[in-house]
Amino acid sequence: MIRRRLPLFSMLLAALVTALGLSGPAEGGTETRTWPEIVEAAKGQTVYWNAWGGDARINAYIAWVGDKMREEYSITLKQVKLADTADAVSRVLAERTAGKKEGGSIDLIWINGENFAAMKAQNLLYGPFTQALPNFRLVDFDDKPSTLVDFTVPTDGLEAPWGMAKLNFIYDTARVEAMPHSIPELLTWAKAHPGRFTYPAPPDFLGSTFLKQVLIELAPDPAFLQKPVESDAQVEQATRPLWEYLDALHPQLWRGGEIFPANGQAQRQLLDDGAVDIMLSFNPGEASSAIANNLLPDTVRSFVFDKGTIGNTHFVAIPFNANAAEGAMVVANFLMSPAAQAVKQNPEAWGDPTVLSMAKLSDGERHLFDMLPLGIATLPPEALGPTLLEPHPSWMTRIEADWQRRYAR
Amino acid sequence: MSVIDISPEHGLTLSQAEILHGERRIIGPVSLTVPPGEVVTVMGPSGCGKSSLLALICGTLDPALSGRGRVLLNGEDVSARPPEARHVGILFQDDLLFPHLSVAGNLAFGLPPSVRGRKARRERIEAALAEADMLAFYDRDPTTLSGGQRARIALLRTLLSQPRALLLDEPFAKLDVALRARFRSFVFDHARAQGLPTLLVTHDPQDAAAAGGPRLQIDADGRILGARPAGRGHRPGGLP
Amino acid sequence: MHRRGLLRFLPGLTLALFLAPVIAGLIGTWLPAFGYFPSLGGDTFSLAPWTTLFAQPGLAESLRLTLISGFLATVSAFLLTVIFLAACHGGRLILAVRGLMAPLIAVPHAAVALGLAFLIAPSGWLVRLVSPWATGWDLPPDVATVQDANGLALTLGLIIKEVPFLLLMTLAALEQVRAEERLAVARSLGYGPVTAWLKAVLPAVYRQIRLPLYAVLAYALSVVDMALILAPLTPPPLAVQVLRWFNDPDLSMRFVAAAGACLQLLIVIAGIGLWRLGEVAAEGLGRAWIAGGRRGGDGRLPRLVAAGLVQGLVALAAAGLLGLALWSVTRRWRYPDAWPSSLSLDTWAHQAPSLLAITGTTLVTGLAAAAIALLLALGCLENEQRRGLTLSNRVLWLLYVPLLVPQVAFLFGAQVLAIQTGIDATWIALVWSHLLFVLPYVFLTLGDPYRALDERYARTALCLGARPNRVFWQVKLPMLLRPVLFALAVGFAVSVTQYLPTLFAGGGRFATLTTEAVGLSAGGDRRVMGVYAFLQALLPLLAFAAALALPKPLALRRKLRIQAA
Repeated sequence: MIRRRLPLFSMLLAALVTALGLSGPAEGGTETRTWPEIVEAAKGQTVYWNAWGGDARINAYIAWVGDKMREEYSITLKQVKLADTADAVSRVLAERTAGKKEGGSIDLIWINGENFAAMKAQNLLYGPFTQALPNFRLVDFDDKPSTLVDFTVPTDGLEAPWGMAKLNFIYDTARVEAMPHSIPELLTWAKAHPGRFTYPAPPDFLGSTFLKQVLIELAPDPAFLQKPVESDAQVEQATRPLWEYLDALHPQLWRGGEIFPANGQAQRQLLDDGAVDIMLSFNPGEASSAIANNLLPDTVRSFVFDKGTIGNTHFVAIPFNANAAEGAMVVANFLMSPAAQAVKQNPEAWGDPTVLSMAKLSDGERHLFDMLPLGIATLPPEALGPTLLEPHPSWMTRIEADWQRRYAR
Repeated sequence: MSVIDISPEHGLTLSQAEILHGERRIIGPVSLTVPPGEVVTVMGPSGCGKSSLLALICGTLDPALSGRGRVLLNGEDVSARPPEARHVGILFQDDLLFPHLSVAGNLAFGLPPSVRGRKARRERIEAALAEADMLAFYDRDPTTLSGGQRARIALLRTLLSQPRALLLDEPFAKLDVALRARFRSFVFDHARAQGLPTLLVTHDPQDAAAAGGPRLQIDADGRILGARPAGRGHRPGGLP
Repeated sequence: MHRRGLLRFLPGLTLALFLAPVIAGLIGTWLPAFGYFPSLGGDTFSLAPWTTLFAQPGLAESLRLTLISGFLATVSAFLLTVIFLAACHGGRLILAVRGLMAPLIAVPHAAVALGLAFLIAPSGWLVRLVSPWATGWDLPPDVATVQDANGLALTLGLIIKEVPFLLLMTLAALEQVRAEERLAVARSLGYGPVTAWLKAVLPAVYRQIRLPLYAVLAYALSVVDMALILAPLTPPPLAVQVLRWFNDPDLSMRFVAAAGACLQLLIVIAGIGLWRLGEVAAEGLGRAWIAGGRRGGDGRLPRLVAAGLVQGLVALAAAGLLGLALWSVTRRWRYPDAWPSSLSLDTWAHQAPSLLAITGTTLVTGLAAAAIALLLALGCLENEQRRGLTLSNRVLWLLYVPLLVPQVAFLFGAQVLAIQTGIDATWIALVWSHLLFVLPYVFLTLGDPYRALDERYARTALCLGARPNRVFWQVKLPMLLRPVLFALAVGFAVSVTQYLPTLFAGGGRFATLTTEAVGLSAGGDRRVMGVYAFLQALLPLLAFAAALALPKPLALRRKLRIQAA
């Protein structure tokens, strides 16, 4: 999905800004128009949506959204496939550097986490705008707090949620019988099955999330992770269990921990080829979706850890200099609509969970979700286990940098 | 240095023509007049600069060389004109017919634009071909013709462009003996019939003999050795 | 005779068009490398970016990968080319190989890399063919054949692409140095075929292929698209790492990236310098060897080995492409099946809408860049002939500049320039960035045939009364139809294969088959990757086929038209 990069400079700036209470509306200013005005202004616009393009199923969903945009709103939606969300952030920065304050080349970005924190801190976003979108009120803020607080950074209306993610593991029942149920058990399992597990190299988001999961599970009291990094000494002390664990794990990994797959897709290929037995995933519907799309055999299933796994929300945001901001807002609103969310959650296509609250929907809308097949490899929501919160982004910068130093030779 | 009669009002006249490569003189100075309908032969070993002399006359001298002197055609000084404005025809050893055009296309290439209209142009081409008894070759691909046929078409092409002088750069060298004599007469007859001053460059004495006109001898360093006046007569078939 | 006219401005214009972005890009990258980038707050020169650069973890490993793959690939390709030509000279194999080299050069780097990656991976086709019946491997062995720690997979991929190029360049050079006569003399003196070639022909031919060799070395040391597919990623070779730093949202990394790009340039320069030293050493050793007078053997062993290796490379490339094509029509193909268990055209159907747009972009960019390059090259060559100049060596080096300077070392600076002049993310910037790399190849392809055209045709036409422009359009160009079409095809192929220029200049707005294929390479759906990679390989091949096939019907049509007149 989205690769996370943590810019130290921008985090310091963000900290400074928050400390001085200077955080206010972004450069674009609060969106004050009414919804009909926005829809009217959006007619005929072309929206360039910069979204990660590494998964054909997601691209197919986005193409479907594009068809709907054209039919219902006369908006042309074009997906600009990214390998890394940081590319889009770079681009907006470059445009502002060159003085391009309007007519920017990016209208909508699929974003979350560190990238969002960076853009927000550097005032690169349009809005706040979510208050103007009618479907925003359907979002489940109570049970899904990550829709309002993105990696401990408040969204402040600058990004609109459109999907949920939760770390889970996929394995092939044809080859594996007993699964580990926690991080320590994973180490034991790896020692018993050397070379049959691996994780994508950070800073790929899945790899980083794996590190975070290890850190949270092995820390005696993980609450400190919700706050920014305080000192080097604190980091060193807090991450010691993590590095000890990895030092023990790596020799048991695929390729002996010398090479790591580049991302989640590459990992899936390894599972399908039979090179590894367990893979990480951020989408609870991934396993079923992969089976439906002939990417994994139908013997795969998913599992989670007993004490919970990390989960978060992914968003869309609008750059400050977007050329088609109104069109982008219409797209963001549509993404949060029950119809779009139901199609997205269908595991025969993508299988990405919804951000909406079933309680806030009408009966007809709720029916759309009830009708969805669960998928044979998907765990039902109640079996997904507790959701652990994402740590503060500053922890991730340090951990990713340290990982590079230790293991990237 | 040697001078042949200069009567600049008619024919092709070279006045103190010389060609230099930097400081070094390649050939010259040469002064001569070729009267209309006459053939002047320039003879010399290979590399003495005879071809460069021809290039100077028709205006296509290699830019690495510099030419001096004047070239006059029927009294007009054409030394400063570009090649396409001089109306000097040239024939080489190879026929150089354009392979992507048919025989008629090649001939039409030479026909001046003053002949307007498809019909008029076609008639002129057919007339030229008929006169050479080659009317059947109108639509032929030049690459399917024999060497002798191609050489004739090349001459016809040159003549159709209404030149005011004709330069021949060893055009008979690649033809075999029998063909050579026939083609030689073909060329000289046409040149005389149209009253063209003709300058022939060759190292074959038989060509010179068949031409029958004055001869200019050039040595290996490009110096003029001597001139032999017209004489020896012109025998049909070019036999000595 | 001098001619006035616009044509004489063309060489200057051409040079400006395609050196200016390179120079501007280099400046735009060197300044930040030393701390000067006002819009990012860098107002003073400092060495801070360099200290940060050298403190980056994994830099030493990146350098090691870069140097190993770069030199090993170039040396191997060179040796293989030379020994192959020496051992198989005059044989039928050379003729066959000659025909195969053009398509191999046409296939883009990314497609070759993707095909190779699937072939030699532990779960790849080669293993699938023999598993589990011969090897007993139910599951793929845990061996790194792709993305291996020493960059050998990348080296192999580079060799597959570089050998055809070097072979063709050397074959062309052979004609210029009259190799046949030299060989005849040496053989008559009693030297074996291989030794004769090495002692009598190579010293003469080497001078002609020196520039292409340097271009090959420069490419091998700074390749990005093949490295993304075949080389390890933690850490990657230097060029890939520099690209990552450029894309880091942390702006302060931009300085480090610029320093890294300069380091990349320095490595290429040092590499070429090292190669030059090697030339000198080889020359000394060679003279001693020649003076020794050893006649050498009958060359049977070198012939077997070289022929086998070359045929093996061709087979690898072809099998790789076949694998890609096969994946594109697969529904399900699990390890260890040697053949897909079910085929379907679904992937093509699903991808068709986006394929149309992307293929269109690739086609338009390629044709535009090739056409512009052709016009410029023809104009410069014609101007050269009219003014009687010859292409001096210095100009040739200038032509090669975009091929010698690593792309990553100047594209960033060029991109900033493009943003500031407002042409960024437009067709102009995209085609222009491709033109930089297309022009040298078009020029090289067209140069020899153009100059070889007998100049007496032009002289005759002029003396028949045709103006120089008419001579160009109606005499020279039709006679050069085949080389012109071939040069167009070459230009098109070069454009299709470009990866970094599309990324940088296109501003993310333009997707070509190459950017898609490389982007999908990291992903897990080999079927979609197969569709894009196969199409990416197909387009240039079609262009070459057209270039070969077109002249006949065109000539026929012309003749019919003339007959009708």
